[in-house]
Amino acid sequence: MRKLKLTIGIVAIAFITVTAVSCKDAKKEQNTSDGNHSEMNHDNSDGHHDGESKKMAMNGDGASQAILNDYFNLKDALVADDNVKAKNLGATLAKSLGNLDVSNYSDAKKADLKDIIEDAVEHSEHISKNDIDHQREHFKILSKDVTDMVAITGTTTKLYEQFCPMFDGGSAWLSMNEEVTNPYYGSKMLKCGKVQREIN
Amino acid sequence: MKKAIKIIAIIALVVLVGIQFVPTERNQSDIVPVTDFMLVNNVPKTIQKKLQVSCYDCHSNNTRYPWYNKVQPFTWFLEGHIKEGKAELNLNEWDSLSNRRKKSKLRSIIKQIESGEMPLDSYTLIHKDATFSKEETNEIINFITQLKDSL
Repeated sequence: MRKLKLTIGIVAIAFITVTAVSCKDAKKEQNTSDGNHSEMNHDNSDGHHDGESKKMAMNGDGASQAILNDYFNLKDALVADDNVKAKNLGATLAKSLGNLDVSNYSDAKKADLKDIIEDAVEHSEHISKNDIDHQREHFKILSKDVTDMVAITGTTTKLYEQFCPMFDGGSAWLSMNEEVTNPYYGSKMLKCGKVQREIN
Repeated sequence: MKKAIKIIAIIALVVLVGIQFVPTERNQSDIVPVTDFMLVNNVPKTIQKKLQVSCYDCHSNNTRYPWYNKVQPFTWFLEGHIKEGKAELNLNEWDSLSNRRKKSKLRSIIKQIESGEMPLDSYTLIHKDATFSKEETNEIINFITQLKDSL
């Protein structure tokens, strides 16, 4: 008799758990549909967005300049061997990359930029989550992406493409200063590398 | 005191039974899309087999589930890894990537295998045949490097 009671108890509680869990799922679904809803609202206010981005474009490609700024801050954090700072700046860069306005470019360039941004965002996100060795590996490809972006968007300030032959079979990066400070080795080999190209 | 332990044991049992009913997503599909890595690249047979065994369970739309796959909380553990793996790289959808993205992914594949981070230890613990021997590591890295340089 006691055993029977116990079994009934277990079944009852199991049933309650299941009900509770399915309730939670239903709630989740509601939440996601709410999320979609607000996103749709966001889309509706697109007119407002356009105005904003046009203003930025008139300021001489403000968005790509913001990306470059964040990229240089990230580079400096890696030069300083600062893993935590680089993590935060990776997240910042991922955001500013996402804000790049491609609407004023030709279709071919638009596609190129989107491709570059998608790749760069992924590397920035990895940088925001990993140890410094990983960050530097991802920074290599990120640098290539940003360099390719600059080839399309141009830059308002003079840039130096620098190159370290030692890191990972040779790796490049961009800098605002002619003087070499190495983001791939940091304090271990701060001066390794040379300027290989000037970008105006 | 004895009673308390008994109650705790019963609650634990009930929770364990309860979570078995939580619905989960299964990662299974019979369709191999035309964008699949093996279909668009000329992959040597031995490497094909290795990729299938070592990578495809988490990096494609089809998982060969282990026997305990329907037992919670293992299902959650597996589900999490599969979701994360597919978000990072889905070999079934390889050809939908641009050349830039492919190069990026191939480089990451090389780095992950070289450093021994992939396949995951928790995976090779169960799937002994998924481990890469030194030779296999070299073979696969050579192949992936060639593929990357050909893009």
